[in-house]
Amino acid sequence: MTRLAFNRRGVGAIYRFEMGRFRRTLLQSVVTPVITTSLYFVVFGSAIGSRISQVNGVSYGAFIVPGLIMLSLFTESISNASFGIYFPKFTGTIYELLSAPVSALEIVLGYVGAAATKSIILGLIILATASIFVPIRIVHPAWMISFLLLTAASFSLFGFIIGVWANGFEQLQFIPMLVITPLTFLGGAFYSISMLPATWRAITLFNPVVYLINGFRWSFYGVSDVSVAISLGMTLGLLGLCLVLVTWIFKTGYRLKN
Amino acid sequence: MTPALSISHVTKTYPSGLQALKDINLEIRNSEIFALLGPNGAGKTTLISIVCGIVTASAGAVAVDGFDIVRDYRAARTRIGLVPQELNTDTFETLWATVRFSRGLFGREPDAAFLEKVLRDLSLWDKRNDRIMTLSGGMKRRVMIAKALSHQPAILFLDEPTAGVDVELRRDMWALVRGLRDSGVTVVLTTHYIEEAEEMADRIGVISKGELILVEDKVTLMKKLGKKQLTLQLQERMTEIPAGLGDWHLQLAADGNELEYSFDINAERTGISALLRRMGDLGVGYKDLNTHQSSLEDIFVSLVSDRGGSRP
Repeated sequence: MTRLAFNRRGVGAIYRFEMGRFRRTLLQSVVTPVITTSLYFVVFGSAIGSRISQVNGVSYGAFIVPGLIMLSLFTESISNASFGIYFPKFTGTIYELLSAPVSALEIVLGYVGAAATKSIILGLIILATASIFVPIRIVHPAWMISFLLLTAASFSLFGFIIGVWANGFEQLQFIPMLVITPLTFLGGAFYSISMLPATWRAITLFNPVVYLINGFRWSFYGVSDVSVAISLGMTLGLLGLCLVLVTWIFKTGYRLKN
Repeated sequence: MTPALSISHVTKTYPSGLQALKDINLEIRNSEIFALLGPNGAGKTTLISIVCGIVTASAGAVAVDGFDIVRDYRAARTRIGLVPQELNTDTFETLWATVRFSRGLFGREPDAAFLEKVLRDLSLWDKRNDRIMTLSGGMKRRVMIAKALSHQPAILFLDEPTAGVDVELRRDMWALVRGLRDSGVTVVLTTHYIEEAEEMADRIGVISKGELILVEDKVTLMKKLGKKQLTLQLQERMTEIPAGLGDWHLQLAADGNELEYSFDINAERTGISALLRRMGDLGVGYKDLNTHQSSLEDIFVSLVSDRGGSRP
């Protein structure tokens, strides 16, 4: 029997299994978020866009596209990854994962990799959908891909943590609904924070989502309300924080093992 | 020869303070069927869960085929197949997808022919494209066995494998387990059904209140602890045992209509002939007689009740 140094087949099995669920629930996984985002786009783009012609030199319709993609990336990454690990806990099949010759890193790679892949596919579909409505340009495509990957990975890791922590389906929804969505709406997804009164602008700068959205928007149009270096630092910081938490979970067996 | 499983001084205390296992020491030989018997809450599942990596031991060491389950967890776990007590299945998946997943998870290369054989052996091949949620309880139990066998384990843990399954399926499973043992797989099973242990096991361990109180070869155990009882149905009711029969320590039963004599089956002389002769001399007649040998269940109940435990 060969000794495993890295269980790539184990990672592949988890990844394929999760992607299989994505394909099986295609309507729920892809169509629903696309329709919802398109509605956001139509409502915000038409209703507000008719009153605001340009923001930072970009048409309002095009300006909100990176924010819409980010909103979708945040919620879908969290939802996919949290459900991916919570469901085996719920059904009890987690026993197989815990008794398999897979390391914590390999488990995370499988689940988070699949969740990130799904949300990236979704982000790209939203980008393609949006390009039907408004002309979109991507000034820094490499940075756009980097922000997309880093954000999807960070929020999928965050979702994985929520999935491990959650003791019920309502807890899975708790943080995405009550924390992430409000922070995204208040984080400049649909407006430039320069449009806010000074006090609110100062308060908004404490919202980390502002930096993630602005970094991503900068990769599209080359404009940002905040420093791109800080945006990148925030994205990497979030990724690092999630990695530390995941490592701690597996080291202590928190809510996974007795 | 390296034992299939070696457990040394394993203890487990849960955060609640419950001490589930107390200094467990056990060696399982290669290619044997080992039955772990114990009442509810005795610690059987905790012990299996520690070996399989689901529960962390508070102290002690476990090695599977010589590989430490913590230091060499990959090598150890690759050799283990686990069928847990609960029917935990990927309910929305097809049977084929779930066994492929299990094989891949354990680092094995894809092998459709092997998986087909496993499913055929378990009479599941026709159901391979069905979602697990559509299968019956008995089939789901077999699905769990198929998943555990999908990566060709050297040691298979069956935690209450036949709980809630019908007699026919139970017999099928016993045949399957024997077949696995014959092919070189070591089988460790926990069971509530003492009949199951009596029927299948090569060796038996009895666990009670977190302590392994006995490990013995099944045949030796039944010889050592087994007792035989002679029951004599009397022609006339007796109110007290005659003094002349005092050497045999008889018991009166059935309202004085029966005499019972317990004897050691391993003793050179059972004392039966002498007893019958003496009864003849004393004019105590009997209509019928029969003997009964204690089953593993009797032995188990006696062992556990001696320690203040309850029946399984």
